[in-house]
Amino acid sequence: MMEQVAIPPFEHFYLEHREAVLAFLRRRLPRDSAEDAFQETFLRALRAYDRLAHSENLRGWAITIASRVAIDAYPKLPSGVEVPDLESVDTPPAYEELQALTADLPAKERAAVVLRYGYDLDYSTIGDALGSSSEAARQAASSGVRRIRKKGNKP
Amino acid sequence: MTVSPELDRRFRDSAAATGLLDVAYDVWDSPIGSLLLASTERGLCRIGFDPEPEAEVERLARIHGLRVLRVPKRLDTTRRHLEEYFEGKREDFELPTDLVGVPSFQAHVLRELERVPYGSVETYGELARRIGKPRAARAVGGALNRNPVPIVIPCHRIVGSTGSLTGYGGGLDRKRALLQLEGLTLA
Repeated sequence: MMEQVAIPPFEHFYLEHREAVLAFLRRRLPRDSAEDAFQETFLRALRAYDRLAHSENLRGWAITIASRVAIDAYPKLPSGVEVPDLESVDTPPAYEELQALTADLPAKERAAVVLRYGYDLDYSTIGDALGSSSEAARQAASSGVRRIRKKGNKP
Repeated sequence: MTVSPELDRRFRDSAAATGLLDVAYDVWDSPIGSLLLASTERGLCRIGFDPEPEAEVERLARIHGLRVLRVPKRLDTTRRHLEEYFEGKREDFELPTDLVGVPSFQAHVLRELERVPYGSVETYGELARRIGKPRAARAVGGALNRNPVPIVIPCHRIVGSTGSLTGYGGGLDRKRALLQLEGLTLA
């Protein structure tokens, strides 16, 4: 069993992930909006910080918040994603539903599934968020989906 | 593609404005060396000599909560008071202190210590008598040694029964310098 890593002080979390969050937002938003969204992302993270249950994949958590902020800021921006490789995604499940479905997945797979199917992000972006290649992000999402199906829940 | 100092400052100031921070801190290059200054909503909770910021931030988070962030602006008043003190223009700090996490005996000692006026010294024994425990001079020494807010809570004004400097968390040179600043010269 892996040892639980303590949640870092917010300063350390912010320093560790701020560049990745800004890079992510700049790819999706105009410069000024990206900076506003950057600020909003970390303010939301600060608000939620005392409710964090563990410190697994904090980068994925930060990027998830950033993607939500970007969607809120520009809800009609084309997502530019290819058709998802799931069989039953005519109506993608809401982010909240995915949270419950993915609750038992390993952190990386969970983040990949939520970012892919909850936020429609492409694998290259998800790879950046998870600190891995786009292929590894695709594999993590596929593996997560397989695991959910094995449990009898179809996303 | 890096976070500019301006963007960084904007976020830090906004974060402080939410009122959600457990601790705001900064590192200041003072006339007696680098000091870490930290404050909660209740008051100044830490002045650390020669700080290792990473370890200090971890410590602050353990005591006060995880939402610790460097926000220089939030320490402006503290820094100004200290600057005035080091320039010899201030004798009293009008800065509330937050002693959350400090054991009750130690907090009692520190609160009493705040009454020792600028430019004077007392002995450990005298301070022990002040708190009604005349035989606890050694325990008083231990309490002062772990003073989280030196300078503002003036443990440098407590000396040995012979008038010797004895010890100081920030080193004896600093204790001597602070007392000299206040017009006292001790061995």
